[in-house]
Amino acid sequence: MTAPADTPRRWRKAPFIAHAGWRYALYAGALIYLVIGIGSLSVDWGRVIAGLDRGGAFLGAFLQPDFTSRWNSIQEGMLESLAMTVVSTVFGVLLSIPVALGAARNIAPWPVYYVCRGIIALSRAFQEVIIAILFVAMFGFGPFAGAVTLAFATIGFLAKLLAEDIEDIDRGQLEAVRATGARWLQLMNHAIQPQVAPRFIGLCLYRLDINFREASVIGIVGAGGIGSTLNTAISRYEYDSAAAILLIIIAIVLAVEYSSGYIRRTFL
Amino acid sequence: MPVLEQNDRRIWKRRDRATQMRIWLTWLVGVSILMLCWEYISRQTMWIFVLDAPQQAFDMAARMSNPRWEYTEVILVPMWDTINIATLGTLLAIGVAVPMAFLAAHNTTPSRALIRPLALGVIVTSRSINALIWALLLVLIFGPGLLAGVIAIALRSIGFIGKLLYEAIEEIDPRQVEAVRATGAKPAQVLAYGVVPQIMPAFAGISVYRWDTNIREATIIGLVGAGGIGIQLQSSVNSLAWNQVSIIFMAILLTVLVSEWVSARVRHAII
Repeated sequence: MTAPADTPRRWRKAPFIAHAGWRYALYAGALIYLVIGIGSLSVDWGRVIAGLDRGGAFLGAFLQPDFTSRWNSIQEGMLESLAMTVVSTVFGVLLSIPVALGAARNIAPWPVYYVCRGIIALSRAFQEVIIAILFVAMFGFGPFAGAVTLAFATIGFLAKLLAEDIEDIDRGQLEAVRATGARWLQLMNHAIQPQVAPRFIGLCLYRLDINFREASVIGIVGAGGIGSTLNTAISRYEYDSAAAILLIIIAIVLAVEYSSGYIRRTFL
Repeated sequence: MPVLEQNDRRIWKRRDRATQMRIWLTWLVGVSILMLCWEYISRQTMWIFVLDAPQQAFDMAARMSNPRWEYTEVILVPMWDTINIATLGTLLAIGVAVPMAFLAAHNTTPSRALIRPLALGVIVTSRSINALIWALLLVLIFGPGLLAGVIAIALRSIGFIGKLLYEAIEEIDPRQVEAVRATGAKPAQVLAYGVVPQIMPAFAGISVYRWDTNIREATIIGLVGAGGIGIQLQSSVNSLAWNQVSIIFMAILLTVLVSEWVSARVRHAII
């Protein structure tokens, strides 16, 4: 068997999009967008070059961070962030469970379903910092507004994932428990809870992680925590204190992440 | 499940005494920590302002409920900037994160002892610092504007994309790589034909998901001067112009919904 002479013998990778016209249109569109997008940046190169010195100074500060001179406010901010993390995670988890039960299509009647889905959509649509701005305007400055913000964001995050898990459960177990004459609460406790609990605990630990990261930021808009200390340090050009705060944040984030990973591996 | 012998009677218990005590102790410690944290927050709070909150909320809702529609024209360009920050930031992050992921995955890294820990360090550092903090630092260096925003978004996304991508690389099927290598392919060809096709779906999904997240992030980094709609949001909130804030919220909501829809469609098409 011989190949026809005019067939190219060289193998070529199949293109990403088969139709050549669409392919080139896509490439051209991407190129045009890039040109417009990068053009809209309007970079002031003089300012950038002037700023590079500061960048260097900041990197230098990381090599000799100053933990001592602002230690009181750093300590206070950190404790505040941690307290906000714990309180908001606990209350967020407690509130997310009823919302999730209401937002699971297979166990909730439809009016409840739509109300709970609405709560989830509302809580997920906005970034934590924007919610924090609103709650600071309502509750005044301080960690209370921050804790409420994070609890609210936690509800949307956990309730959505838990509701999806509940929708995926094995219906047979639900039927079996219902057939014994179980009431609604017993149904939740003995048919649903055992199926979703391990993954839900893992998700709660993951959310604890996220809440600490956010708790270190929302102080920038006045919602308490280390963020306000960091903001002050940077606006006063105290790079060495700012570097110390960042190093502490990184260390705590890593500690929380590894310990939650350890808990998930050993107990779940 | 222990069974106790007491006065010739066998008593069934769910847990033995030590386990029961351990569970109680865990609850005690947990609840104590919660109470301590709550007490700390409560001490830092002006309760007068909190009790006042329902009235404040009604007041805000009333002011927001008649949006100033003329303001829409003002925020068109900032919204476009916000989308640009998210898109360009994601592209820049992909450019850095892809090589990082290959350096960090244990089956593609050139050196496990030296380069892998370095790449993992870059990924971890990038992931632990929020985009808003990166923006705060970069505004200082580059001055206020979109450039600081793009780089802030990129720096945060490198860790996210890098982590998920290197995990995807580590989970590939080694037999396909082996097969390509057996044809006599050079190392670059092994990567291009053995590894890349296997991680392509994961890569596209991760990138689009991060782009969607970055649109949300890009709406706030303007609060520290790094460009986008956040600048308008900050000035409207500071001047208590709640009828402008509601316009901004609607614009953000619309953009977020569209980007979420796009991202869901793309991920759906891949999987």
